[in-house]
Amino acid sequence: MALSKINEVIRQRQSLLTEWVKGQLDSGVLRSDLISEVELRRESTAFLEVLSEALDKDPSLSFRQPAYRPVLNFLEELSRSRGKKGFSPSETAIFVFSLKQPLFTALKALHIKDAEGLANAVWEVTEFLDNLGLHTIDTYLVGREEVIRGQQADMLELSTPVVQLWEGIVALPLIGTLDSNRTSIVMETLLQVIVQTRSEIAIIDITGVPTVDTQVAQHLLKTVAAARLMGADCIISGIRPQIAQTMVHLQIDLGNVITKATMAEALKTAMNRSGLVVMRRAVPSSPTGLGTSALS
Amino acid sequence: MATLLKSEKLEVSEEQHIVTVRQAVRRMSVEIKLSLVDQTKIITAASELARNLLIYGGGGEVVLELLREGVRQGVRVHFADEGPGIENIELALRDGYTSGGGMGLGLGGAKRLVNEFDLVSAPGKGTHITITRWK
Amino acid sequence: MDRIPILTMGHFLLVTIQVDMHDQLALTLQDDLTNKITSTLAKGVLIDISSLEIVDSFIGRMLGNISSMARVLGAGSVVVGMQPAVAITLVELGLSLTGVYTALDVEKGMQLLRRQIDADFYHLTTDGNFVEI
Repeated sequence: MALSKINEVIRQRQSLLTEWVKGQLDSGVLRSDLISEVELRRESTAFLEVLSEALDKDPSLSFRQPAYRPVLNFLEELSRSRGKKGFSPSETAIFVFSLKQPLFTALKALHIKDAEGLANAVWEVTEFLDNLGLHTIDTYLVGREEVIRGQQADMLELSTPVVQLWEGIVALPLIGTLDSNRTSIVMETLLQVIVQTRSEIAIIDITGVPTVDTQVAQHLLKTVAAARLMGADCIISGIRPQIAQTMVHLQIDLGNVITKATMAEALKTAMNRSGLVVMRRAVPSSPTGLGTSALS
Repeated sequence: MATLLKSEKLEVSEEQHIVTVRQAVRRMSVEIKLSLVDQTKIITAASELARNLLIYGGGGEVVLELLREGVRQGVRVHFADEGPGIENIELALRDGYTSGGGMGLGLGGAKRLVNEFDLVSAPGKGTHITITRWK
Repeated sequence: MDRIPILTMGHFLLVTIQVDMHDQLALTLQDDLTNKITSTLAKGVLIDISSLEIVDSFIGRMLGNISSMARVLGAGSVVVGMQPAVAITLVELGLSLTGVYTALDVEKGMQLLRRQIDADFYHLTTDGNFVEI
């Protein structure tokens, strides 16, 4: 029976391990800069251990059976860690595929003068290892996707700084287009800062927003409405002349939201509403004063 | 294809059960670590639909499911009643439309709070609504 | 039966909603509050919802009703402490609570109520000082 022989081969770990590790090192795709030989040997030993344990429980080589779950878990962990270290998919999958050759060699030795038995055994092993290899690549891609999603979220967060301008006044300078994904992050960040700083006025500056269409206006209005529900008022500033024109042409109505041409104007309004007054101090005439010109 | 990791069935036959549904949806959303905003959105949507189930459907059944699809996990909630059903679905989804003296935000509002919204209904056939929020 | 306690603070009533409110509890609160406004002649109502994790259209309607009823009874009202996630969800749901005054916390809500009452009881004299009528 082909299966029992395969199990036998895998159980004789020591010789198989030496061949396998050598194969991996000679494969030409192994990143010796990213993984040491010691570590590779440790990983390979651990894998053969897990594999032979699974074979003891269920010798069928059907990788979907529950007994093979630990094997798959091991490979998932491996491809995640290799993905993080910067291995490519093929550099990761070679771990499994490189096991083929030493296994075939060992099988050949066991099937001298039994061509049919050897063919069957080789086929079984090929199919099994191919499936494991594919599973490794799948997990690798999943891991990569997670990294990309994380970076996307980081980028969105970085692009929405909320700054405190004065006690009770915060400002959010928006840069770039405002889609619904971005709006929800903008909204969340703004509202959290409003709570933290107990600010009753928020200035949303759209100088850096290239176009304001109905969609963007809708998003802005939602943010304003949410802030109002919490007890804070918004002022929208940085409306450039051409944006003011498009807004009128598109009949975009920002309702009763206060809008200002510049952030400075908005800050003036915000201070006025908070009962704050900015005054120019009389310039002292003494020569040490900062207001005097050095030339006179 | 999405794989089902867990499911839970609840009965909604009295007003107290709306709170039970909200709490069950919260537990599942916390389990897959939905952000606080996303949690609040699906719980609110479930609250609206559970109340509809009770008021318009005369009570029914709520099934919660925890799903995995590729890298993402999600919470799915089914609402099923054997009530009179909805005649004009498009109209029922419109904001401001109500047949029961409410604010008419229930269906359309709930739809905006989730990633997937599926409504099957016909007069005399009851109403089946499924909502999903992915992480 | 369950009831949400209503505290009296001088001219104001303070309600702190801390439970996952079922619909009947919301209706009872509405009744209790209107009765208490009448019996104490309160000038304002503060509803603190900072511990409330969701506001659906039913609770939203209750908040709107309370503020309208208080107004009819000659009292001001402020909803304070709404959580960011709740506010975002309400906007998405399409509920803007028109006519409801809001503030960030109880202290700011109190200031807002005082300003509302001041506007009723005082008027600005020509030299800019407030005098009681």
